[in-house]
Amino acid sequence: MSQPAAVATPKPHDAHEAHHEELGFWRKYVFSTDHKVIGIQYAFSGLLFLLFGFSLMMLMRWQLAYPGAALPLIGSLLGEARMPGGTMLPDFYNELGAMHGTIMVFMGVVPLAVGGFGNFVLPLQIGAPDMAFPKLNMLSYQSFLLGGVTMLASFFVPGGAAQSGWTSYTPLADIATTGQTMWLIGMVFLITSSLLGAINFIATTIQLRAKGMTFMRFPFFVWTQFVTAFLLLLAFPPLEAAAVMQLMDRLAGTSFFLPSGLVVSGQIVNNAGGGNPLLWQHLFWFLAHPEVYVLILPAMGIVAEIIANNTRKPLWGYRSMVYSLVFLGFMSFIVWAHHMFMTGMGTAMAAFFQTTTMIISIPSVVILTALIISLWGASIRYNTPMLFAVAFLPMFGIGGLTGLPLGLNVADIPLHDTYYVIAHFHYVVAPGTLFGLFAGIYYWYPKATGRKLNETLGKIHFAGMLVCMNVVFMPMFLMGLAGVSRRLFDGGSTYNFAQPVLHWNVVSSWGAWALGLFQLPFIFNFFWSLRKGEKSEDNPWQATTIEWSAPSPPPHGNFVVAPEAYRGPYEYSVPGAAKDFVPQYEA
Amino acid sequence: MEIPYTVQVRRDTGLTNGKIGIWLFLASEVMLFGALFASYILIRTGSQSWPRGDTILNVPLATLNTIVLISSSVTMVMAWASLMRRRFGTFRIYMGGTILLGFVFLVVKFFEYSHKFESGLFPSTNNFLAIYFTLTGLHGLHVIGGMAVNAYFWGPGAKLWKTNPEWFTNRVEHSGLFWHFVDLVWIFLFPTLYLL
Repeated sequence: MSQPAAVATPKPHDAHEAHHEELGFWRKYVFSTDHKVIGIQYAFSGLLFLLFGFSLMMLMRWQLAYPGAALPLIGSLLGEARMPGGTMLPDFYNELGAMHGTIMVFMGVVPLAVGGFGNFVLPLQIGAPDMAFPKLNMLSYQSFLLGGVTMLASFFVPGGAAQSGWTSYTPLADIATTGQTMWLIGMVFLITSSLLGAINFIATTIQLRAKGMTFMRFPFFVWTQFVTAFLLLLAFPPLEAAAVMQLMDRLAGTSFFLPSGLVVSGQIVNNAGGGNPLLWQHLFWFLAHPEVYVLILPAMGIVAEIIANNTRKPLWGYRSMVYSLVFLGFMSFIVWAHHMFMTGMGTAMAAFFQTTTMIISIPSVVILTALIISLWGASIRYNTPMLFAVAFLPMFGIGGLTGLPLGLNVADIPLHDTYYVIAHFHYVVAPGTLFGLFAGIYYWYPKATGRKLNETLGKIHFAGMLVCMNVVFMPMFLMGLAGVSRRLFDGGSTYNFAQPVLHWNVVSSWGAWALGLFQLPFIFNFFWSLRKGEKSEDNPWQATTIEWSAPSPPPHGNFVVAPEAYRGPYEYSVPGAAKDFVPQYEA
Repeated sequence: MEIPYTVQVRRDTGLTNGKIGIWLFLASEVMLFGALFASYILIRTGSQSWPRGDTILNVPLATLNTIVLISSSVTMVMAWASLMRRRFGTFRIYMGGTILLGFVFLVVKFFEYSHKFESGLFPSTNNFLAIYFTLTGLHGLHVIGGMAVNAYFWGPGAKLWKTNPEWFTNRVEHSGLFWHFVDLVWIFLFPTLYLL
């Protein structure tokens, strides 16, 4: 039943096609309401922001490897206010640090994972013609773009961009320069964007499922997006409330987060006082812990799709994976204060949050274990998407397991402010999530463009990334265990105890720059394959899920005939079947 | 291209897309105001002294506003009920009444605010006023938002009635759900800020 695009199409479809061609350039590519175009817009912007956020980090790595040394060429381009004579000022380092985190999390990974893959793949996988609210979908992207531009513009206001970390802890952020106000306004736009997106994803998943597509027939990726949307919907508003209160503190002179008798630079701040700085931390982490799962779940979904496809076997334990996922989503709302053990919140609170934290590790382990067992006994096809997907498993495993000591109050206190934490969550998000996302790009690129990405360049990209990621982040565990603080603009060079491990900073930095170089094959591949890549059929990976029944690239309205789901999502190597996969969409 | 279930309900879920959408939106709004109420509790329990609301704020005016807002919820329901009975003329009257009552609420709020400012009471004065202005200000923005949507359905949006009356009725129902939510938030705000 998988028809090539050239086969004569039924009448209603012709009508759409004719209507589609009337759209001008602006309506088709800029103000589009088509979920596929919006998905590509999101993904492309997300990739650009990832590159930009990574460039900020490459600058910081210079300062960390060679503290106080002048950066040749680039240093002088950035101006006297930031890098006089090519040497980085501490304030500029803080700007780069805060914006690296903000951009990577809110403008890079989430837009790519949720806005990009969610928008493009989810409606196709459930057999929907589009999202439930196409106009809201367009508004969601535009709001995201506005937020992104606001954040970027904040580099050029007096005092520069936000400097209080991606967490914007108060009271520091309350008394920071104008850049912080821009950060807050930018966040309000980004929150609005994800709110519109989340409503759309949930409504689409529940309402626009194809005939026969019951919840337990969802591909695992759909489940991950569905749970992620709930996290975005319910966890972001408290941060919006917090952002409003911080804006009030900064613009209307309130004291929500300012304690009485606050002393700044030797002077008592003249404010009403009586506020609670920890309130910000609670509201922030109430968002930001579910946000961690927003970062990782879509990547798990992508990896699950690719592993099932390339092992040519059903996923092992699909049901337990789904139940774990839902439980994980629920639990992620009641673990947030494990980011705050350092605040001295008391043993009773700490005991509660470390218990919930230990509990939440169980469903994550169930999912990861199910994915690993899925590999058992398979004759695996090692194409580029699969390489990234398989590498995701140990990399995310390292990130997850090194998180356990951080979830325990007693072990967290010596580790929390060190590079150990940086290494831990970067293993989760960088070689973890990013590997999942790159796997997804290589996997669904043929669906989006009708052409395949080049395999050789893809494998170079993969090998380079795998090596470099570990060179960058593994040394940070060593430095963290040696007690080097993660908040120093000179990387700790003024501390005696840090001297024996500081040379790792140089290794880590060269790893980061090499990692930058290894993105070049990908960037070249991405654009070259658009025109010159090997042409792809509708179902190049011999996959079972419904998105592969649509033409590549799918037209406006997605499917030639409305698809129907006849069975579960992963019917690979069914005994007695004519071929080694039985698509969900074939009767 | 037609998106299915914008007007007709999907049989297995019994819902239209818009109905799910508006309830999800309200869920996120509950989290937004919930976070602010939680902050109110945390700041109040952590402070050394906290004024009783009625020593600073004007309870009679707020009581009037409560009545105004509850009445506007009634007219909102009547507006939707008129559409269900296919009486477009009465819909216009009730919807107009809803918008008007929203406007009365804002005018009263304006006098309350300006009276506070004249007596030198600003958000920066103390944290009670800070949370008062933040909560009521955000609520006021929601009132304005709801009025804008209602005004759209009263005016230019009503064109839809001629071509697709069912869809129009659904849309009015959804904006009604939002309006009731805004009303509900005020019913929590009023005792919390003015009476406790």
